[in-house]
Amino acid sequence: MSKTLVWVEHDNASVKDATLAVVTAAAQIGEVTALVAGSGCDAAAAAAAQIAGVSKVLKADDAAYANALAENVAPLVAGLMAGYDAFVAPATTTGKNIAPRVAALLDVMQVSDILSVEGPKTFTRPIYAGNAIATVESSDAKIVLTVRGTAFAKAETTGGSAAVEAVAAGGDAGTSSFIGSEIAKSERPELTSAKIIVSGGRALKDADTFQSVIIPLADKLGAGVGASRAAVDAGYVPNDYQVGQTGKIVAPEVYIAVGISGAIQHLAGMKDSKTIIAINKDEDAPIFQVADIGLVGDLFTLVPELTGKL
Amino acid sequence: MKALVCVKRVIDYNVKPRVKADGTGVDLANVKMSMNPFDEIAVEEAIRLKEKGVVTEIVAVSVGPAKAQETLRTALAMGADRAILVVSETEVEPLAVAKIIKAIADEEQPGLIITGKQAIDDDANQVGQMVAALLGRPQGTFANEIAVEGDSVVVKREIDGGLETVKLALPAIITTDLRLNEPRYASLPNIMKAKSKPLASKTPEDYGVDIAPRLKTLKVTEPPVRSAGIKVPDVDALIAKLKEMGVA
Repeated sequence: MSKTLVWVEHDNASVKDATLAVVTAAAQIGEVTALVAGSGCDAAAAAAAQIAGVSKVLKADDAAYANALAENVAPLVAGLMAGYDAFVAPATTTGKNIAPRVAALLDVMQVSDILSVEGPKTFTRPIYAGNAIATVESSDAKIVLTVRGTAFAKAETTGGSAAVEAVAAGGDAGTSSFIGSEIAKSERPELTSAKIIVSGGRALKDADTFQSVIIPLADKLGAGVGASRAAVDAGYVPNDYQVGQTGKIVAPEVYIAVGISGAIQHLAGMKDSKTIIAINKDEDAPIFQVADIGLVGDLFTLVPELTGKL
Repeated sequence: MKALVCVKRVIDYNVKPRVKADGTGVDLANVKMSMNPFDEIAVEEAIRLKEKGVVTEIVAVSVGPAKAQETLRTALAMGADRAILVVSETEVEPLAVAKIIKAIADEEQPGLIITGKQAIDDDANQVGQMVAALLGRPQGTFANEIAVEGDSVVVKREIDGGLETVKLALPAIITTDLRLNEPRYASLPNIMKAKSKPLASKTPEDYGVDIAPRLKTLKVTEPPVRSAGIKVPDVDALIAKLKEMGVA
């Protein structure tokens, strides 16, 4: 049976949700060993040991691993891979930062952002921003994968009872250091993990109108807020709201597109949403071709009415 | 300090990719091709660093078909000084691209290597990190802001939920995210001037890199199509639907 090494995303105290889908994906390839690399990460290692499907936890505890700097953790992972067949990481910014560095150290061609496991070395993955799905087979001796979290069920956080084994740390590569981070403190869920997203387009007219129409609806639903490129380019909202091929790729349970016509590059960023709801005054807008539920009409009366009645 | 910028010729981001009927890939015949948008941002950032006097020379590199020369000419028209095209008419995977760039970096000794975080065709998001690994140098991926300070570069990175700042010893590899800058358009005089800037043509063999693919594409399919939706007449009907889904 294949042996997989899973990158556990954590904050030293607890395991982040993104890890759970990775465990599910890795379990389809072989036995799962979870790697917790951090600093003062006993609690995270204990939490990882509880995850159903994890048979062993490796804990690498060192100040050099505190902020998951790729320069420090990639050599650790590459070294441990002598005993494993596959390294599996979440397709989060952390996983995407580390995994290719590991792959190159192992002389392996990584398979990015997998959607399914089709065989021991065969996977599906999105290309062209999800406009096509490729089935690829690796010929490398070892496999390095990143996993799209929305494509796999989350493993249960309890039920496991894996042993935690400490592994020797490799120390600091000395080429990079962590200065600080600014994590948005808003209560609003972030776009890539939100269950519901309300997005606004150019039809919102200006920044003030975007705020007064979109935000109350999002607040009512506990939703994340997104925007089309047209709305971002027009200055209604900052760039990091942008959903689309060159912005954020999202796949929430419910995506509510308000005043968004549905340009190709916007659709590429949200068409994997489970349910798409579109509100637009133009009944021929392309957004209605992908929407599960469409409401044709003036958003300036419909959206406040919807917000009021919810 | 020299900067190396790596650019890829890809399908234009406004074109809807169509999967070939035989399932072997995406149809690129007679499709508009452009520079990968993230790579445009990389070129722009190098130019801004040159304008600030931090960078003295910008070398644009591309691995791709002979036609990628057009992409490099665009980089030269934007402001790169010279270009290297490593020609391969067959697709080169990120690992092999990284090996070629590593070999070029060994020759050119750049202080910074800047490239897009991912190409919008294969969406691999690998080359920058792989180059960094092969060179044994630090990486600042998904850059939102960069500042060269003495012998290091401070990179503000876009991470899930916010931003993170790291300090990297030079030489370093930077991969660009969308918000790093807004690339300029090349002016007509600069497009004309770019035609006479040096462009060297090489092959992967020149750098001793084996480009035999490690991944075999078994098939390429259309994503599952969404079933035709319904239209609701008013807000009340929409709320009823939301309630059915357990959202409201």
